Amino acid sequence: MKRILPLFAGFALLLSACGREDLSALNPQGPVAKQQFDLMVIAITIMSIVVVVVFSLSIYVLFRFRRRKGDKSIPKQVEGNHTLEIIWTVIPIVLLIILGIPTVQTVFSQAKDYSDDPNAIQVKVTSYLYWWEFEYPQYGIKTAQELVVPTDKKIMFELTAGDVKHSFWIPAIGGKIDTNPGMTNRYYLEFPKEGVYRGKCAELCGPSHALMDFKAKSVSPESFDKWVEAMKAPAVMPADPAIAEAFQAKCLSCHAVGDQGGSAGPNLTGIGSRQTIAGILYNSDVVADPQKEDKTTEENIKEWVKDTQKIKPGNLMPSASDLGLTQEELDGIAKYLAEYKLDY
Amino acid sequence: MATHATHAHAHAHAHAPVKRYSGILDWLTTVDHKKIGILYLFAGLFFFLVGGIEAILIRIQLISPMNDLIPADTFNELITMHGTTMIFFAAMPIIFGLMNAVVPLQIGARDVAFPFLNALGFWTFFFGGLLFNISWFIGTVPDMGWTSYVPLAGPDYNSGVGVDYYVLGLQISGIGSLLGGINFMATIINMRAPGMTFMRMPMFSWATFITSIMIVFAFPALTVGLVALMFDRLFQANFFDVNAGGNTVIWEHIFWLFGHPEVYILIIPGFGIISEVVSVFAKKRLFGYSSMIFSMVLIAFLGFMVWAHHMFTTGLGPVANALFSIATMLIAVPTGVKIFNWLLTLWGGSIRFTTPALFAIGFIPTFVMGGVTGVMLASAPADYQYHDSYFVVAHFHYVIVGGLLQGLFAGIHFWWPKMFGRMLNDTLGKWTFWTFYIGFHLTFFVQHFLGLLGMPRRVFTYLPHQGFDTMNLISTIGAILMGVGTVILVINMIQSWTKPKGVANDPWEDGRTLEWTISSPPPEYNFKQLPLVRAYDVWWKEKMDGNREVPPAEPVGPIHMPSPSILPFVMSVGLFVAGFGFMYKLHWLAIAGIGVTLVCMAVRSLFDDHGFHIDPEEEVHA
Repeated sequence: MKRILPLFAGFALLLSACGREDLSALNPQGPVAKQQFDLMVIAITIMSIVVVVVFSLSIYVLFRFRRRKGDKSIPKQVEGNHTLEIIWTVIPIVLLIILGIPTVQTVFSQAKDYSDDPNAIQVKVTSYLYWWEFEYPQYGIKTAQELVVPTDKKIMFELTAGDVKHSFWIPAIGGKIDTNPGMTNRYYLEFPKEGVYRGKCAELCGPSHALMDFKAKSVSPESFDKWVEAMKAPAVMPADPAIAEAFQAKCLSCHAVGDQGGSAGPNLTGIGSRQTIAGILYNSDVVADPQKEDKTTEENIKEWVKDTQKIKPGNLMPSASDLGLTQEELDGIAKYLAEYKLDY
Repeated sequence: MATHATHAHAHAHAHAPVKRYSGILDWLTTVDHKKIGILYLFAGLFFFLVGGIEAILIRIQLISPMNDLIPADTFNELITMHGTTMIFFAAMPIIFGLMNAVVPLQIGARDVAFPFLNALGFWTFFFGGLLFNISWFIGTVPDMGWTSYVPLAGPDYNSGVGVDYYVLGLQISGIGSLLGGINFMATIINMRAPGMTFMRMPMFSWATFITSIMIVFAFPALTVGLVALMFDRLFQANFFDVNAGGNTVIWEHIFWLFGHPEVYILIIPGFGIISEVVSVFAKKRLFGYSSMIFSMVLIAFLGFMVWAHHMFTTGLGPVANALFSIATMLIAVPTGVKIFNWLLTLWGGSIRFTTPALFAIGFIPTFVMGGVTGVMLASAPADYQYHDSYFVVAHFHYVIVGGLLQGLFAGIHFWWPKMFGRMLNDTLGKWTFWTFYIGFHLTFFVQHFLGLLGMPRRVFTYLPHQGFDTMNLISTIGAILMGVGTVILVINMIQSWTKPKGVANDPWEDGRTLEWTISSPPPEYNFKQLPLVRAYDVWWKEKMDGNREVPPAEPVGPIHMPSPSILPFVMSVGLFVAGFGFMYKLHWLAIAGIGVTLVCMAVRSLFDDHGFHIDPEEEVHA
C-alpha cells in the first residue's frame, strides 16, 4: 500500500495540467469534471498494476524462453495450475471493487436532480443543426451559443434536441449528456472558476458536427445578475431606419433581439459581447487571446452571412443573397450587431 | 458419429457420377469448405483494402487543423463506410474464412454440416458487401456513422438512398453470418471425429463454437433493427419518429443489443487463434485449457449483458448506468485469465519467433492495453468524458486492430501453407509485422490523449490552437506506415503463388492438431479415413508416442461428397437485385429479385441431389 500512494500521485501528476484549461478533461475546472477525473486516476492506477505485471512477464518470458539455435528439446508440457487460476481471478476482482464502489457512488451523486432546488439556476438547452439555444425559465430569457452562468450556484440543465441527436459537452467542467428529440435529460454542472470554457457537440449530427462549438462563460454572481437584467431589456434596434427595416424584414422572422422577433434561429441579443460568431469564428475584439487569423465581430458577421454554407456546410441559415440582403444592408446590420453589447 | 462410414456402405453399389466444374464455374458453384474459406479470405482482404484506403483518406484530412482536402459530407461518408466495411465486410469474412479453412480439418470432418448453406452464406455476404460499396458509384453514400443513429438516419434527415444501401447491404450479408453461425454450431456438435470429445477439441474450434452461438443470438437483433429502420424509411412506419409517437433511443438499444455481442464475436476467434499459435511456437500445450474454455464462455455470456455501456450518456438514469458499469467491469476478469494463461503457456517453452508467433506475441500486450482502456470506459461517470471522443476511437482500434487483426494476421500466416500448399515468406512477414505494429501504435496511442484533451470523434476537422495539431500529425504518419505494412503483406501473398505448390503436411514441424496430419493443401475429401482421436492435441500426442500418423477410425471406402451448385450464387444475386428494387422504390424489381431467390429455394427443396462418391483408391486428387 505504501507504494500505491506515490503511484497514485504520480499518475495524478502525469494526467494533471494536461491540455487547455478551458477545454481539457484532464484539467478539470469544476467539481463534476474533477470527480470524473478522480475516477480516471483510480482506474488508470489499478490498471497500471495489471499492465506492469503483464508487460514484465511478457518481456521476461520472451527473453528467457526463446529457442536457442539448434535446440530441438521438447519442453515440459504443463496442463495448468489451479492456485494460479484462483490468484489471477481473485486479484482482478479486488481491483475492480476498488473502482466499482466510487463509480457507483459517483453515478448516483452526479444524477441528482436540482430542478426543484430554489438555489439552482435552471437552464433549458435545446440543440439544433448546428447551434445551441439556452433558455432561463426563471428569468424568462433566451440566449444562444454562449451560456452565461454564475460561479456560486449549481446549474441544472434540462436538455433536448430540436432535430437530430446532439450531445452537450464542456470537457473542462464535466462530462457530456446527449440531447434526444422528443425526450428531456437532466444534468447538473458547477462553474466555480470565472472564465470562458469551450463546449463541443459530441454526437454525429451531420456535416457540420465538427463545427458546432459553443461557449460557457462563468461570471461572478453580481455580473450574472447584471447580465440577466441586460437580457431582459427591450430590444435595441439599429439607429438607421433603413437598416432597421431591413433587419426587421429579413432577420427578425427567425432571430430575436430583446422582446422582438422569432425563435427559429439563435437569439441575437447582446451578440456583440459574445466570443464567437457561428460558434467558430473568434471575435478578435472580444476574446482574451486573439490569434492572428481572427477577425473582428463585425467582419465575422459579414463573413458568416455572406456565405453560411461555406462556413458551416449543411446549416439551415440562408445566405445574404438568399435573403435579398444588399451589401449596404449587410454592412449596416453587421455593424449594429457588433455594437449590440450587454453591460455586465 | 460415423455417418460417413455408414453412408459409404449403403451407397457402395450406387455411385452417382462425380460432378465437378472447372475454372470460374468451379468457384461459383463450390460447396467445399476449403474453397469457400479461400473465397471468404480474399473477399475479406479485398474489402479490407477498401476500408484501409478510406482510413488513410480520413487520416490525411485530419493531418492538420481546418484542412480542406475532403469536404465535410464526404468525410462523414468515409467514416461510415470505413467502420461498416471493416467490421462486416473485412473482419467477419476473414474470420469466417479461417473458420471454414480450419475447423472441419481440426475436428476430423470432411466438410461442414450444411455445405450448400455454407456457399449461400458466402455469396449473401459477398453481394451484401457489394451492394453496400456500390453506393460509392451509384446513388448516395451512407454518412450517418456505422451505428446509424436515428433520427439522423431516418427519412426526415437522410432522404437519399445512402442509408438504404446500409440497411439492405447489412440485411443481406447478415443472412450469411446467421447461416454461418448455424452451420458451425451443427458441425461442431455433430461431426467431430471418433474420440474427439468436446474437451479434446482444439481451441480455435472451441472459439468457433462459442462465436457461432453468439452469432445466432445476436444477429437477429440487428435484423429487427434494420427491418424497423427500413420500414420507417421506405414504408412510412414510425418506429423512430418522435412526432408520431416513436422513440429514437430504442434504436440505440436494439443496435447495441447486437453491437456489443458483435465485438465479442469478432475477438473470440482471435483468442482461439492466439491459443493455437502460442502453443505451437512455444512447443508447449496450452496452459489451463479448461479455464481458457470457461473464460470464453463467460465472456460470451456477459457480452450480452453490457450493451448499455455504449449508452451511458443517453440518459438512462443512474440505476441503469451503475448496473451496466459493474457488468462491464466484470468482463475484464475472464479476459485477464486468458492473458495470464497465454503467458504461462510461453513460460518454460521453447519459443520460435516466426511471423505468426510475432503477431500472436504482439497481440498480448496490445490487447491488454485495449482492455485497460475498456475498464476505464466501464466507469460511467468517467465515460461521460470519454464517450464520443477520440479516447473511445483509440480503445476500439486497440482491441480490434491491435487485438483481432493481429490475431487474424497470425492465423493467415499460420494456416496459409495448409490452405495453399505454399509458405508465406518469413522475412516479408517480419517486415509486415514491424511496420504495421509500429504504425499502429503511432496512430492510436496518441488518440487516447486527443480525446481527453477535448477532441470529439467523427469530426471532419478541428480548430487550431487547441493542442490537437501535433498528435493528429503523428496519428496520420502512423496510418501511412500501417498502409505500408499492408502493402508488404499483399506482396507477400502474391509472391507465394509464384512458387510451386509442395509444402509438407506439417510445415511448421511442431503442429499439434489434426489439420497438420493431412497434405497441404488437403485432398478434396480431407481425410481418406476419418481419424481416431486419442487425446487433446491429437497430432502432438501421436508424435510424442513415436507414431507417423494418427490411427484411422474406419476402413478405406468410397467417400460421399456434396454436389456443387450454382443456386447459392443465383439466390444471392436475386437478393442483390431486390435490394436495388426496394431502395429505388422499383417494386417490380424487388419482387423479381425476391422471386428469383424463392424459385431457387423451391428448386433446391423439390429436387433431391444425393451428392456423389469419390473412391480414394481410384481417383488421384491432391
